[in-house]
Formats: sequence, C-alpha cells, structure tokens
Amino acid sequence: MLGLDLSFIWAGIIAFAVLTYVILDGFDLGIGLLFPLTDDEEERSVMMNSVAPVWDGNETWLVLGGGGLFAVFPLAYAVVMSALYMPITLMLLGLVFRGVAFEYRWRTVRWKRLWDMAFFGGSLTAALCQGIALGALVQGIEIADRAYAGGWWDWLTPFSLLCGMALVLGYAMLGATWLNLKLTGRIQAHMRSLAWPAAIGTVVCMGIVSLWTPFLDAVYFARWFAWPTVAFSVIVPALVAAAGLFFGLRKRQEMRPFLCAQALFVLGFIGIGISFYPYIVPPSLTIVEAAAPDESLWFALVGTVVLVPMILIYTAYSYWVFCGKINPSDGYH
Amino acid sequence: MFDGLSAEVLARFQFAFTISFHIIFPAFSIGLASYLAVLNALWLRTRNETYKQLFEYWKKIFAVAFAMGVVSGIVVSYQFGTNWAVFSDKAGPVVGPLMAYEVLSAFFLEAGFLGIMLFGRERVGDRLHMLATAVVAFGTLLSATWILSVNSWMQTPAGYGINDVGQFVPEDWWAIVFNPSFPYRLVHMVLAAYLTTALVVGAVGALHLLRDRFDLPSRKMFSMAMAMAMWMLIVVTPLQILAGDFHGLNTLEHQPAKVMAMEGHYDSHPDGAPLILFGIPNAADKRIDYAVQIPKLSSLILKHDLNAPLAGLETIPDEDEPPVAIVFWSFRVMIAPGFAMLGLGGWALIQRMRGRLYQTQWLHRAALMMGPAGFVAVLAGWITTEVGRQPFTVYGLLRTSDSLSPVAAPAVAASLTAFIIVYFFVFGAGTYYLLRMMNAPVKKSAAKALREEGPIRTAGGPLAAGNRKHLKEAEDAGA
Ligand code: HDD
Ligand code: HEM
Ligand code: HEM
Repeated sequence: MLGLDLSFIWAGIIAFAVLTYVILDGFDLGIGLLFPLTDDEEERSVMMNSVAPVWDGNETWLVLGGGGLFAVFPLAYAVVMSALYMPITLMLLGLVFRGVAFEYRWRTVRWKRLWDMAFFGGSLTAALCQGIALGALVQGIEIADRAYAGGWWDWLTPFSLLCGMALVLGYAMLGATWLNLKLTGRIQAHMRSLAWPAAIGTVVCMGIVSLWTPFLDAVYFARWFAWPTVAFSVIVPALVAAAGLFFGLRKRQEMRPFLCAQALFVLGFIGIGISFYPYIVPPSLTIVEAAAPDESLWFALVGTVVLVPMILIYTAYSYWVFCGKINPSDGYH
Repeated sequence: MFDGLSAEVLARFQFAFTISFHIIFPAFSIGLASYLAVLNALWLRTRNETYKQLFEYWKKIFAVAFAMGVVSGIVVSYQFGTNWAVFSDKAGPVVGPLMAYEVLSAFFLEAGFLGIMLFGRERVGDRLHMLATAVVAFGTLLSATWILSVNSWMQTPAGYGINDVGQFVPEDWWAIVFNPSFPYRLVHMVLAAYLTTALVVGAVGALHLLRDRFDLPSRKMFSMAMAMAMWMLIVVTPLQILAGDFHGLNTLEHQPAKVMAMEGHYDSHPDGAPLILFGIPNAADKRIDYAVQIPKLSSLILKHDLNAPLAGLETIPDEDEPPVAIVFWSFRVMIAPGFAMLGLGGWALIQRMRGRLYQTQWLHRAALMMGPAGFVAVLAGWITTEVGRQPFTVYGLLRTSDSLSPVAAPAVAASLTAFIIVYFFVFGAGTYYLLRMMNAPVKKSAAKALREEGPIRTAGGPLAAGNRKHLKEAEDAGA
C-alpha cells in the first residue's frame, strides 16, 4: 500500500520537474527561436542578456527530470531513452550549441554571426526534438522483456512532428511574451508583434493535437469522452487563458500575456497527464511497474522534500535579483 | 566511418569520448571556483585591487569553462539511458538516487548562484556576492562528491541486494555512499582538480611574466597568480602522491586485477615483485617486452615488504581480465606528470627562498610547459580507473557486454560521428577562446573590452560606464 503511494508521489514529482522545466526553459529557448527575426545587434544583445543569469538554472530542471526518472523509474528511463535515441541525441547536441553560444558570442567579433546561428539552430533543434519526443511518448512505446521492442523510426510520425511544431511555436510565444515583459521601447514593440503569430500558431496546434490524441488509443478515447467534466476542466480554462493572452497583447499589457501563455502550457501539460494516467510509458508500462524498489524511493524522497523547496526559494531569489526591465543603455551590472 | 564495429564497442567508445571531454572542464572549474572564492575573500579583506583584478580576469575564463562543463555534462547524464539501458534498469535503483542528490544538492546550487556571481556584484552588494561565489565553489565540490560516490560504487559495490528481476536493490545507503573506494577517489580527484587549476594559473602567470617586463600592472597581477599557484603545487603535489599511493593499496585489496594490469604483472611473483618502470605489454605472449624494472620494489610499495608475494594476471580467468596495455600505459602517463609537478613545485620553492621566483625565466618556461599537465594526468588517471574496471560496469557483477541498450550499431555509429564532429568544433572553438583570454594582458583586455562588445564580464550588455570604471582601476593599479 505504502509502496503504491510512493510511486505515485514520485510520478507527481517528476511531472512537476518536467513542467517546471518547460515553464522556465521554454521562454529562454524561445528567445533563441526569435533570434533570427531581428538583425539588430543591440536587440540581440538585450534579448540574450534578459536570460543570461538564469538559463543555466532553468536547464537544470531538465537534468532533474532525466536524473529523477533514472533514480525512481529506472526501467522507464531505460526504455524511453533507447526508444527515443535519435531525438534525444539531437536535442542534446542542440543544447550544446545554444548553451555555449551564451558565452562564445561575446568572445569573438569575426564569428559572432556563427554563434548567433548556433544559438538559434540549437534552440530550434532542442525545442523540436522535445516536442517530437513528447509526441512519440503519447503515441506509445512498445516494450517486451524489459526493453524497447519497436523500430528505429517509430518516433517519426505526422503526430510527433505536429507536437514538435506545437512546442516550437509555443516556446516562441513564451519567449516573445517574456521579452515583452523585460524590454522597453522599439524592441518591446517588435517582440509584442511577434507574440501574435506565435500565440495563434500555438493555440491552433494545441487544438489539433487535442482533437487527434483521443484517436491514437482507445484508452485515451474512453478517458476523454467518458469524462466530460475532466475535458471541461481543462478545455474551458485553456480557452480563457488564450483569450486573456490575446486581450493582454492587444492592450499592451506586460505581465498578463506572459502569465496567460504560461497557463496555456500548464493546462496542456495537465491534459497530457490526464491521458497518461496510470501509465508512465503508454501503452505498456504503468507507474507502479516501472518504480524502483521502495528503499530507493524513500531515500530519494527525503532529499527531495528538503531540497526542492530550498531550490525554489533561491531560484526565486535569483529571479528577483535580476527582476525589472533590462535597460539597453546602462545594462544591469 | 565505423563499419564492422559492434554496437558494444561503439557505445563504449562514445561514452569514453563524451565523458573524457566532460571531465576536462570540471577538472579545471572545480579548482577555479575555489580559487575565485579565495581571491574575492582576499580582496574583501585587504581591499588590495590586484586581487579584484585577478578575480575579474579569471571570472570570465571560469564562465566559459563552466558553460562547456554544463553542456557536456548534460549529454553524459542522458547517455546512461541512451547507450546503457540495461545498466540503467539494473543499477538505477542504487546509482540513480545518488545522481538525483547530485542534481538537487549541487547542480541547482551551482546554477542558481552562478548568475549572481557573474553578473550580480552591483545588484546584491559585496557580502552576498561573496556568499554566492563561495556557494558556487561549494557546489562544484558537492557535485564531485556525489558523482564520485556513484563511480566508486561501480568500482567497489557495497550495501546492495539483487531482486528477482535482476536489479540491484539498495539495502544500506550508508554502505553504498561510503563504499570502500569512495574516500580515496574523492580525495585523489579533488586534489587533482586543484593541481590542474594551479598549473593553468601558474602557466598563465609565467607567460605574462616572460612576455613583458615593463607592463607593471600585468607584472603585479601575474606575479601574484604565479606565487599562489606555486604554493599550491608545493603543498598539494606531495599530498596527491601520498593519496595516490593509498588509493593504489585500496585498489589492490578490492580490484587486484586492475593493479596487476597497472603494474604489468602477468606472472605471479612468490618472493617479491619488481617495479616495472617501462616496457611494452605483449598481450599475445602475456608478458612485458623490454621491461626496465627495479627488483622487489613493487612488493615494497604495495605490501611494504621486499619479499611479499604478489599474484599476477595468470591467476585471473582471461574473460575477466582488463585490457592490460591501455591500463599499463595510462597509469604511467598519470604518474610521470605527477613527479614533474613535484619537481616544478620544489624548484619554485628554492627560487622563492632565494628571492628569485619572479625573475627566473627558466622556471617560468617550465611552468608554462606544465600548464596542460594536469589535464593529461586527470584523463590518464580516469582511463586507468575505468579501463581497469573492464570487462565489468559494476565490478564483478554486471558485465559491460550485458549493460548495453538494444540500439543497433548504425544508430550508435551515426550519433558517435555527430558527437565527434560537434565536440571538436564546439569545444575546439571554446578552447581557442579560453587560450586567447588567457593570452590577453590585463591592461589590454580592459581597454579592448571598452572598445569592443562591452562586457568585461561575460555575456553582458553594453556597459560603457562599468568598463570605464574598470579600465580606470586597471590603470590606477599600474600607476
Ligand atoms: C569530479 C567531478 C565530476 C565528475 C567525475 C563528473 N562531473 Fe559532471 N560536473 C562536475 C563535476 C563532475 C561539475 C564541477 O559540477 C560541473 C563541471 C563544470 C560545471 O559546469 O559543473 C559538472 C557539470 C555536469 C552537468 C551539468 C550541470 C548543470 O546543469 O549545471 C551534468 C548533467 C553532469 N555534470 C553530469 C555528469 C555525469 C553524468 C558524470 C559521470 C558519468 C559526471 N558529470 C562526471
Ligand atoms: C569523469 C571522469 C570519468 C572519465 C574520464 C571516465 C572515463 C571512462 C572511459 C575511458 C571509459 C571507457 C572504458 C572502456 O570502454 O574500456 C568509461 C566507461 C564507463 N564509465 Fe567512466 N569515466 C569517468 C567517470 C565515470 C563516472 C562518474 C561514472 C558513473 C557514474 C562512469 C561510468 C562509466 C560507464 C557506465 C562506462 C561504460 C561502460 C564501459 O564502457 O566500460 N564513468 N569511462
Ligand atoms: C604520482 C603519484 C600518483 C599515484 C601513485 C597515483 C595513483 C593512482 C591510482 C592507483 C589510481 C587508480 C585508482 C583505481 O582506479 O582504483 C589513480 C587514479 C587517478 N589519478 Fe592518480 N596517482 C598519482 C598522481 C596523479 C596526479 C598528479 C593526478 C592529476 C593531477 C592524478 C589523477 C588521477 C585521477 C583523476 C584518477 C581517476 C580517479 C580515481 O580513481 O581516483 N593522479 N591514481
């Protein structure tokens, strides 16, 4: 009984880590996506500076998602990583490029363009691959004998590509609304105008994905159509968030569009959670089956309960230290 | 590019390649983080501007090295799953939680305070900035602690059981974390990181002392760097050699086959084993050709008795034997720079006592040459440790050939090719930038920053005011 509870607590914690990752790293990946849409050196500098002090912390949630999965659902980690070998490897390479660009582009004049492209290309690859990986997971992964049993290109389907595109647009939307919040003047107006197409694209893609998902699997279908209250509790708030986003953009508000865009992500994430439950790797591996022995779950839980709140506190502190508008003329040193 | 190689060989090569790239950066950033904390503390205490200048100088370098460490580390942490799925499934319940602790207690700490350390001095004030700098340094040490515990558990597993699906199950966490080789490995690795950093700092100091005898601010600053680095060498190298010796004794107890390979002992020596200094391992005939050896010394080192018997690889079944030649050579490639460091430290000590530390050009040339020695020794040490563990991933319990992901060779070959191209390009460029930053003298770097892109610090916006202030400081120090 206790073991059962533990594995569900852990599924919740992992979901929390992944969601936090998407919320935090989403907007800084989004900034990479928006990079080529401006040619202006000053705009690019300020865009990058708006996340330079925090991007590393944001990305650490990805390490926690992966590391946490390894610790408490080792079988799921093993199966998912081998099934998604290619998109994961590409995502990692993308993260390499965009991570180093934060430092490299200031260290060279001649190659600055190159690292700007690396920042964009890396962000795009990472975002696309994360979306594809998510799509492939929703679509289902075949398992036999505690190992991945599908083919090498199973992850590449129209559905997973759609998810990839949705995530790219979504991250661009987060990035644009973040910059709308952090910048001023001409650059801010530019970013706000970019937020429109990104947000419209995101909402459309999310709509298609939501309509498509129930037809991927009978379980999803039953869940979504037999449970109208659940559908209601996600879809209606999502519509409200989208409306708030567009309204805020229109009124040139700063905080509301960003928060509404984040809310869309949270709701999308909850929607996926509803489809997944009680599986961790649909359609063959449940949360309970994949869980490590109780001793591992307990040991890791103690640290998590103590450390995660502390992490949240000092992360909030470091955001607070760098809060406010980035002023291009005097920097924030 | 890799036709005909099995998925296992490719996956091993890929893991070895990516982790070897990764460890280069921690080996430097662990030491540098502590050095920066010390410099900042010294500045706060003495208000001697030279410390602050050194801090700012190395801070930019740290930022670049750290970024490379982070991105290469993220790759490695996912490679357990992509390439070693069976290992992940079986050993995950034991090593996974330790790695989760590393993320929670160390990575977040480093990442969370790095921004404040790099960009936040003016925003949070000197005291909190000092705290952030110290926390980053602490975080790097904490991360080394956890990951070395993981690695040591794979070398000398303890505190586990095995369940009915073949997973390792934790039984005693204390025994797992503090497994028999962990304390030795932790001490040896942290000292190695400090030495590596000291050698780089010393080499950069020496370079600038050699280059320009009249650039006073540079001389002042780099003399200080040189002095600090040489003290580090003088104190730490003997400790490192001692730690290595204890480490070896411990390995003899738990992984005798590894020590046999390191020593090149194919045959058993019932009455005192020789220390083979050099020679060429001959795997076919199972002996060391052209061996240059000192009789009985190996028994003296390992057993503290000239005539103590030592078993050789003939007592180990062939299928459990590590690849001797690699271990034999890499071990020597670690030891040799170790003694060279000892020599350099000793020489610096003598010149210091004669009051000529900043004038002896040959010493500076030697220090410059030794700049990369730490990286060489660290890589060689890890190769000794890891190849010496073969053919197991969890020593004695889980074979490398049974740890693999069910991924086909072409997929591994493709990703390996991509990693090789990307790594050489990205980290090659990064290394070039690092060298260029180390090559820049103080005054010029401050002036150039003003002219060029702006930030004297990393990844910053145009900061004319801050830079002018900085340039002025550099000049004041020289005046
Ligand atoms: C002796 C120390 C040491 C060793 C043996 C390793 N690492 Fe490491 N790692 C560090 C010391 C370190 C560090 C000092 O904490 C780093 C390096 C530079 C840095 O930026 O942080 C780091 C960064 C780093 C990161 C990025 C952290 C972040 O997001 O901030 C990850 C995910 C890993 N490592 C993972 C690994 C894995 C999976 C390893 C082994 C297989 C490994 N490291 C070996
Ligand atoms: C950071 C310093 C490290 C270096 C330089 C290093 C180096 C290597 C090398 C050279 C190999 C290849 C050995 C071979 O295939 O013959 C290897 C394999 C391996 N190492 Fe390490 N290692 C390091 C740390 C670690 C740590 C901390 C872990 C565990 C958490 C680890 C786990 C493994 C595994 C799972 C393999 C794959 C199996 C194998 O090929 O032997 N390594 N490492
Ligand atoms: C000169 C005297 C030295 C001795 C006797 C010595 C001894 C050893 C031994 C026996 C091992 C293998 C341990 C095992 O896997 O069981 C080892 C590993 C290692 N050595 Fe050394 N070492 C020396 C110098 C150095 C120096 C100067 C450095 C770097 C600056 C260094 C860095 C390493 C590293 C990074 C490892 C791998 C991690 C570990 O297992 O601790 N060593 N050393």
